[in-house]
Amino acid sequence: MTTPAISLKGIRKRFGDLEVLKGISLDAAEGDVISILGASGSGKSTLLRCINLLEVADAGDVVIGGEAIAWKPKRDGGREAADRAQVERMRARLGMVFQNFNLWSHMTVLENVIEAPVHVQKRPKAEAIAEAEALLDKVGIADKRNHYPAHLSGGQQQRAAIARALAMHPRVMLFDEPTSALDPELVGEVLRVMRALAYEGRTMLVVTHEIGFAREVSDRVLFLHQGVIEADGRPDEIFTAPKSDRLRQFLARTMPA
Amino acid sequence: MGYFELMGFGPKGWGLLLAQATLMTIAVSVTAFAIGAVLGGLLAWARLAGGRGIGIAAETYVTVLRGIPDLLVIYLLYFGGSSVLTSVMRWLGNDGFVGVNAFAAGAIAVGIISAAYQSEVYRGAFGAVAKGEIEAARAVGMGRMLMFRRILAPQILRFAIPGLGNVWQLALKESALISVVGLTEILRQAQVGAGSTRQPFVFFITAALLYLLLSTVSGWGFNRAEAAAMRGVRRA
Ligand SMILES: Nc1ncnc2c1ncn2[C@@H]1O[C@H](COP(=O)(O)OP(=O)(O)OP(=O)(O)O)[C@@H](O)[C@H]1O
Ligand SMILES: [Mg+2]
Repeated sequence: MTTPAISLKGIRKRFGDLEVLKGISLDAAEGDVISILGASGSGKSTLLRCINLLEVADAGDVVIGGEAIAWKPKRDGGREAADRAQVERMRARLGMVFQNFNLWSHMTVLENVIEAPVHVQKRPKAEAIAEAEALLDKVGIADKRNHYPAHLSGGQQQRAAIARALAMHPRVMLFDEPTSALDPELVGEVLRVMRALAYEGRTMLVVTHEIGFAREVSDRVLFLHQGVIEADGRPDEIFTAPKSDRLRQFLARTMPA
Repeated sequence: MGYFELMGFGPKGWGLLLAQATLMTIAVSVTAFAIGAVLGGLLAWARLAGGRGIGIAAETYVTVLRGIPDLLVIYLLYFGGSSVLTSVMRWLGNDGFVGVNAFAAGAIAVGIISAAYQSEVYRGAFGAVAKGEIEAARAVGMGRMLMFRRILAPQILRFAIPGLGNVWQLALKESALISVVGLTEILRQAQVGAGSTRQPFVFFITAALLYLLLSTVSGWGFNRAEAAAMRGVRRA
């Protein structure tokens, strides 16, 4: 049995009185494409953010490529990552794609893509540029490399953000509703890129409302409901014969008949 | 004597002295602005990221310096500084009045006032940086220093340029206050000229024109800098 790319054990997270995650455990094997569904507010973003430590889970373990995040208690009774260098190293292994792209607005597309390879990973600039150009070509915006993000469409920005994440050579890609902020006619171009990544055998965790994409591309689909994984299975199990009533209700609402 | 002879560079003209005074105004304003930039940056950082104690101290500084007359700050630094220095020298066995350097006292006084205003500008500019961009920087594994250098500082600076332009104009005008401690900048030189030629109107109008020239040229410079820095930013 090989080491999972990501392994979560009993992740809990609360914001004040609201317990958002109530013990989530999950193993993502190398090459898995896992779609995460759930109603708005069910904690999907929070779960992804606990994986790359943008949020600190109150309890539970986060293991990335066999390496567990080390924790230390905080004075207020909570906890935080014990070793900032470890956190930074782990994050560089995870490529995060946000709903709102979050490209750095003072940098051109090319500068966005080479930023982390050059300054975080300390790779030679010429090499980073050559690779960035290949990545931009792959996501179909090579001609936009010297544009600033504000001058691109949403779909182009999101593809640039995917290239930026790929440039780090991440072991796992995390997508948080990458097409939700896009005009409907721009969704396709982003999904096309993501589909290509999935077929390359990349490990991906994708929070999405795109049922068609989830059904076609995923190896596995999770349904998050009230802080727990309510359903977990192959796409045909989830979509064709949903066992959970809540999942059935969710799908009925999400998929127009 | 006609205006241009009086203000010219001939043997009886005041041109050279006024030109030197203009350079002095520029020098003392730039020094003050630079002091204000360093101190203002630290204050903004203290208020944004420092602990409670540090934050309150920084806020008090800003409130106090914005609440007392600027001239009073100059008096405090120059005369207060001089009397402290005199006592120290007396203690060392050296009698007599010792004055602090008018340039240093003036630049520091205007600088610490400017710092209060600049800290507000930097704080506002930090608030204008999109939070999502900061998250993206954390998500690629940037440490704090790297994030500050590569993501925050460039954006804070460009958002701060218009506000800094205003603060610079303030420092330029406040530099005239330093004339009270005898620094020969534009206003002081104009007073001297007015006194010795008994033509106050001519000298003070000339001084006004010199300040206008400085503020116009620097205002143009700030606009150019803003245009360059805002490349790639879509305006609302
Ligand atoms: N930093 C925070 N502070 C307080 N509450 C938060 C915070 N982040 C998230 N929440 C709350 O936690 C709950 C789960 O949020 P989360 O963003 O994970 O949901 P989601 O499943 O991603 O929803 P959506 O589909 O709308 O993106 C929500 O009720 C949200 O208001
Ligand atoms: Mg979300």
